[in-house]
Amino acid sequence: MVGIFSPSLITDWLVPGRNLFLTIHVLGVACFTYIVAKRLVPLLRAERDLRFDQPLTRLGRVLKFWLGQWKHPRYKFAGTLHILIFTGFILLATRAFTVLIVGVSPNFVMPGLAGRTGHIYDIITDYAATVVFLCMVVAAVRRLVFKPARYAVPPKYGKSHTADAVFLLGLIAVLMVADSLFAASLAAGHAQQGESVEALAVLTLPWMLKMVIGAMPLATLRGINVGAYLVHAITFYFLLCYRPFGIQFHVETSLFSVYFAKLERGTLKPVRWGVSDEHLDQVKSFGVKKFEDFTWKHMLDFYSCADCGRCADNCPANAAGRPLAPRFLTIKARDYAFQHYPVLGRPKEGKPLIGSVYSEDEIWSCTTCGACEEECPLLIEYIDKIVDLRRGMIDDGNVPQSLQKPLKALESRGNPYGKMEKKKADWVKAAEFQQTCSVKILDHNQSAETLFFVDSITSYDDRMQSIARSTSRILTHIGENFGILGAAEKDSGHEVRRFGEELLFQSLRDHNTDAIKASGVQRIVTADPHAYNALKHDYKDLPPVEHISQVIAREVKAGNIEFAGVQNADNVYAYHDPCYLGRHNQVYDDPRDVLDSIPGLKRVEMKRSRDRSFCCGGGGLMLFYEPKEEQRMGVLRVRMAAEAGANVIVTACPFCMVNIEDAIKVAGLEGKMSAIDLTELVDQCIARESSTEKQETVMVGG
Amino acid sequence: MEILVCARRVPDTSENEIELNAAANDIERDDLVYSVNEPDNYAVEEALQIRDRVGGNVTVVTIGGEDEEEILRRELAMGANRAVLISDDAFQGSDGKGIATILKSFVQKGHYDLILTGVQADDGAAQVGGMLAAMLDYPFASLVNSITVEDAKLKVSREIEGGNREVNEIDLPCVLSIQTGINEPRYVGMRGIRQVASLPIPTLGVSDLGVDQSAVGQAAAKVTRIDYFVPAASKGAAMLHGSREANADRVLELVAAKGGLK
Repeated sequence: MVGIFSPSLITDWLVPGRNLFLTIHVLGVACFTYIVAKRLVPLLRAERDLRFDQPLTRLGRVLKFWLGQWKHPRYKFAGTLHILIFTGFILLATRAFTVLIVGVSPNFVMPGLAGRTGHIYDIITDYAATVVFLCMVVAAVRRLVFKPARYAVPPKYGKSHTADAVFLLGLIAVLMVADSLFAASLAAGHAQQGESVEALAVLTLPWMLKMVIGAMPLATLRGINVGAYLVHAITFYFLLCYRPFGIQFHVETSLFSVYFAKLERGTLKPVRWGVSDEHLDQVKSFGVKKFEDFTWKHMLDFYSCADCGRCADNCPANAAGRPLAPRFLTIKARDYAFQHYPVLGRPKEGKPLIGSVYSEDEIWSCTTCGACEEECPLLIEYIDKIVDLRRGMIDDGNVPQSLQKPLKALESRGNPYGKMEKKKADWVKAAEFQQTCSVKILDHNQSAETLFFVDSITSYDDRMQSIARSTSRILTHIGENFGILGAAEKDSGHEVRRFGEELLFQSLRDHNTDAIKASGVQRIVTADPHAYNALKHDYKDLPPVEHISQVIAREVKAGNIEFAGVQNADNVYAYHDPCYLGRHNQVYDDPRDVLDSIPGLKRVEMKRSRDRSFCCGGGGLMLFYEPKEEQRMGVLRVRMAAEAGANVIVTACPFCMVNIEDAIKVAGLEGKMSAIDLTELVDQCIARESSTEKQETVMVGG
Repeated sequence: MEILVCARRVPDTSENEIELNAAANDIERDDLVYSVNEPDNYAVEEALQIRDRVGGNVTVVTIGGEDEEEILRRELAMGANRAVLISDDAFQGSDGKGIATILKSFVQKGHYDLILTGVQADDGAAQVGGMLAAMLDYPFASLVNSITVEDAKLKVSREIEGGNREVNEIDLPCVLSIQTGINEPRYVGMRGIRQVASLPIPTLGVSDLGVDQSAVGQAAAKVTRIDYFVPAASKGAAMLHGSREANADRVLELVAAKGGLK
């Protein structure tokens, strides 16, 4: 790029080209560095977050989710568009860098990109720039003409983000055109001067632009060349410095967000990183009350959000019209950060988040189903933030009255219903059940290999006791030596923890841990995914835990369970993935395999299934919470099943059963739709040798 | 403002199955869980809110044994400045008047501008607040569901049967009995209770208060329980059989017939 076509060698301006561009470079880089440094200020005041472990795993995830854009194709069109733009940017990064340096040092060639390799790279980047440019056009048309619903900003969350989005698309388009015009004018000039030129790649932007300007006088070409260079340099630095003010900041921060992303599913962050449970008493304040109570990683998440709206698009609370959309949880926090940590000026004191940035109902509306986190291409975390905000509210005593009673009952009775402990095992005493199936209570007199952890709802709720009895009959059928803790079993505390009452959870956990260890069991089985998740992730040093669907699937494969066939062959079944079995623990196939092994059972999939399953309305304490909503999540879910052509919803969670059975009534689908737990269905369909056993099963199943 | 709240510990009706004991003179008290009497808890919350608005201190007092400390700690965790347990064997078996007498002695030992009680205890007879006011010769307003502080006076309102509201002005010092629903009591978590676990709670007895022993306790009680029973279930419940729509129509008819719809 030597000769008259070299911006750095311009001498006929007020300042020599080299000095001008050097100034632009220094100013641009200095500005960007300053802005980023200012953006880092809140992160330095934030809470600790220990994310420096497992570098190899984290690198692997960067390759998969960042470089590999793993989540993007979940939205086919937008995802493809993003992958093209991302790939273009990655390819163009070296070229952009080279072009910038050329302004100062005309002979600069990026090491490794000389000669033939360089030419191939040029061809690739010519295409990349063209593709990125076209993507900008398509994206802008999408934003302006087709207006996908998930980008809309409801009035309560502020103004539309479209103008900003289109402005950014425009800047990138200008960058691509300027870059191409620079290359085209250079090639045209060289051609006119009779110098050897490498051919421009066919049908690329530079190729087309060269056709347009090729015949222009040399002086004009030179002017275009320098002008394009100047526009490119200014746009480049403007964009660089503008990005930290909005959604485009993810270009810089996403790599770090993905690298530091949470590794373990189903878990919750501790109250304070680096503070053990025993030392929690010394922590002055629990949870997030003010912005600076967030961890630095959570603040980084706020910067990284690209405002793609996928989280809110999949959020059941948002779909039901509750005052929560994960997208705005992030956007509002970012707005707070920008306002209170301005680029110019000193940080400003802010108000507590609840009541100013977030409403109480917003934070209680979340069922922690995990749909948002499953969807986020940048692996932004929501559940930990919600739980931290709830911890703050609990600590301030700011808890809805509807939740105070069950929390108090959990404290005094160990279950949210305030039922007597001694009645916890009453479900085993049902007359017709007791005749065919005896369930041991693992006190000092009896022991067993397997513990059936029943948990509160399945123990006390009349309807859900049927799940406990079916589970017991299945365990008996496969010859499992099992028992229950009875009065010694307290609530697993799964929702207690997720509603932010950490210390109450810890006291329940410690009690249950002691009781389980004292029972001497080798393994634990539960029919409640919430208990399963708690025992597996929230408790420590317990024997291995399985959900009953995993046990059944294994026993079916081993030939220990054979099915007699489905009772009503006209039924069409749809399996509803409970959040804490599916998304949080990745058990998707076992329940389906079990259903598919029942002869004659017709099964359909709902559109939203597996990791896109739609929460039924939430479990545990969520059953007590009175949300502000337009409709029930369960009703939406039941309609999805009807749409799939199913008339029986099979689930594997007692809370799903409560919500879905209620929703069937609310949706007016009684008689047309029914719900059954996987254990109940299996119990009905098991081929048993003894006829009395079978009769009893039918009675209970009906 | 110095505010005193008189609270009581009662079996929590939502977390117990209340049954008669074998002697049929009381409920079976094994296996019961207790909590602060609900209206008393609202009274404490109201006191805390007044204190946070106008300054001052909130003291919570209860009469009973060691077990009563549990509710005092809960109210301390809520934010009360001080808790006092009044405990003496001589107080056992006191009737409403006896309790009011004990509380009167306690009130006279301190300086309180405002004394709050719950409207009644779950197992109580709504006597103590009024009697205490009379003994102290303080003005008394009952069933209070909102309080506004105005210098040396309060504006208090109560709900009248039928949904109307009445506002009264009352001079300080005074006694008010607080209705549930006056506010939304804050939540007391495990952490709050642990933080106040080691706060000292003074215990006062007969000699500390200077109570006339002949006016309190079993011997002085002029109202004594002579029977306690579960009433037999009476008739009058109608089971509706039929389709949902028909049942809904029938319910509307029945409610309208009883004057429940206007």
